[in-house]
Amino acid sequence: MSVAAVTEYRGTPKDTQDQFHGAQLTYIGWIDHLMFCAPFAFPLPPDMPFGAIVEAVLPGAVGTHPDFASIDWSSVEWTKNGEPFTPDLSASLADNGMRHKDSLTFRTPGLTGVKGSST
Amino acid sequence: MTTTAAPKKLGLKERYALMTRGLDWQTTYQPMEKVFPYATYEGIKVHDWNAWEDPFRLTMDAYWKYQAEKEQKLYAIMDAFAQNNGHLGLTDARYINSLKLFLTGVSPLEYMAHRGFAHVGRSLPGVGARVACQMQSLDELRHVQTQIHSMSNYNKLYDGFHAWRHMHDRVWYLSVPKSFFDDAITAGPFEFMIAIGFSFEYVLTNLLFVPFISGAAYNGDMGAMAFGFSAQSDESRHMTLGLEAIKFMLEQDPDNLPIVQHWIDKWFWRGYRVLTLVAMMLDFMLPKKVMSWKEAWEIYAEENGGALFNDLARYGVRPPLGWQQACDDKVHLSSQAWSTFYQYQAAAPFHTWVPSPEDMDWMAQKYPGTFDQYYRPRFEHWAEREAAGDRYNNGTLPMLCQVCQIPMLFTEPGDPTRICYRDSVYDGERYHFCSDGCKNIFDHEPEKYVQAWLPVHQIYQGNCFRPEADPTAADFNPLLEVITWYQMNVGVDNAPYEGSEDQRHFRAWRQMTTSNA
Amino acid sequence: MSNVFIAFQTNEASRGIVDAIVEDNPTASINEQPAMVRVDVPGSMTIKRETVEEKLGRSFDLQELHVHLITLSGHIDESDDEFTLSWN
Repeated sequence: MSVAAVTEYRGTPKDTQDQFHGAQLTYIGWIDHLMFCAPFAFPLPPDMPFGAIVEAVLPGAVGTHPDFASIDWSSVEWTKNGEPFTPDLSASLADNGMRHKDSLTFRTPGLTGVKGSST
Repeated sequence: MTTTAAPKKLGLKERYALMTRGLDWQTTYQPMEKVFPYATYEGIKVHDWNAWEDPFRLTMDAYWKYQAEKEQKLYAIMDAFAQNNGHLGLTDARYINSLKLFLTGVSPLEYMAHRGFAHVGRSLPGVGARVACQMQSLDELRHVQTQIHSMSNYNKLYDGFHAWRHMHDRVWYLSVPKSFFDDAITAGPFEFMIAIGFSFEYVLTNLLFVPFISGAAYNGDMGAMAFGFSAQSDESRHMTLGLEAIKFMLEQDPDNLPIVQHWIDKWFWRGYRVLTLVAMMLDFMLPKKVMSWKEAWEIYAEENGGALFNDLARYGVRPPLGWQQACDDKVHLSSQAWSTFYQYQAAAPFHTWVPSPEDMDWMAQKYPGTFDQYYRPRFEHWAEREAAGDRYNNGTLPMLCQVCQIPMLFTEPGDPTRICYRDSVYDGERYHFCSDGCKNIFDHEPEKYVQAWLPVHQIYQGNCFRPEADPTAADFNPLLEVITWYQMNVGVDNAPYEGSEDQRHFRAWRQMTTSNA
Repeated sequence: MSNVFIAFQTNEASRGIVDAIVEDNPTASINEQPAMVRVDVPGSMTIKRETVEEKLGRSFDLQELHVHLITLSGHIDESDDEFTLSWN
């Protein structure tokens, strides 16, 4: 559908990758851990190894959760834009097929938040 | 027998007809379509503007008379409240935070409504509709003025009120109400009437003004009670205008129905998302609570909105898409919203707190089956962390919905343990949404919503720093810089309630009212 | 049948108005909340000028309702003598 307008109506997207100074946006949500009210948005370099998400990015965002120390990263289940996804931790985001504004979730089997409440 | 009787006084209907009809004329220097250039492009067909009926039949002279009377009453109350240090009669200074939210989030919308109805009044070729829009435009200007006047008394004494206008255009959660109204005012005049006149005023505004303002009175705030109910006395007329507008469009031409129905679907959902803020005001921010969000929703949406849509069914209108989801989510909305503001305390100019054990029991009683199961563990965990001197602050920016601009905090219909994710790819770019409602709105007019000014993305692009900031400096703290750019007093306006200046002052001043120490 | 309703600020004038509504609409139910009073009636409700005047002991223009009103629902029909709310 198009916008009803008196002349031709075109919008300019405000969030294209070229406006992020070399970074691409990646969204990450931790399933069953809604103490973090919403998924996070991170501007990340496309050539960053995926493993840095686990080692450098997530600890700063969710590291104080009581479940964090118990995560077995080898059993974590990832999705990308809603589809199951198996990242290569040593390859870059770009080589993992990650594009600007892709949305990741990860599930940590056995860990379901404070008192199992998905908090 | 004399035949000269005193001239009969005109009845209300005759007076109204004389004051609202025949005031316009067919233009001759310019064609009518050039004088009213926005009257047809939305596709709404109107055959007879004289069929417009304003049921209140208020003429301009009566309008001025009654509005003046309302103003006199309102300002007398506000002056008396201020003169008598009425703020010290509040139940608790936590209450004042709901006013901060109101002033930064709602009052600027009143001004936009003033502009919107002025524009629509100018654009509609029917004189009855124009008079009603003119009155509403004046009302809305009155509302924003009285709100500023009322809350300026608090600005003298409490934190977080000083830069409301500046903040409205910048602060992350204020982009929610701001973008809502920007969306409405950039639509055509008929869509605006459905967006604001019908969907917001008739279906949703009671939820904003009635329980919350009754709650203001319950918590001892005569000032807010006065402006709130004075504004609401105009809303009855606005609701009537909105209802008349939709009936008029539907009666004028059967082709108008699908256009109007889409607008109802869109604007119900847009407005409902904005009301997320109201849900947490009722359930978490009022120290003495009048009713839960769930109860307010049941009375003002399910019961009254239900009656309205039953009535409109004769035109072929059905309740808006998303209605059932909104009804189902009434048991989750306020807790999910308050959790969000609690963890992003550092970026909001009002105070938050963990609900007390008694308040959690109140929530458990109002929300049996959901509060204890999903939300009490969260708040108790945070209370334990606070007690250990480790209050939880979320220092990472959230993913936002492209349409409502709220962090993606809403859960999947039927599963409050899963965040609801929706997305669309348009013109090679991926866009994310919090709900089917927001995705539908985007998919219908993607060219409009690709332009959204999403606060999180703007921060990451470096567009939310003061001109003198130096992002290359070694000690540059981007989030601190953003808060400074917001004009918040860092560590004061955005501090937790416990230990805040507001809390200390209120306690000390109250002490002074009851002792000579 | 859906309810129509009307709500007023609690004050001396609205006390008389509500008394008049209750007298003229026997199925009315009253709900008092902080600083406001709400009256619900199934189907339709009529406010009669004459009854309000009797309760207030003075003359009353029905448009004075605007000063005390908080909210209402239903289709409005207004004349000099009666103010009616109804659902079809």
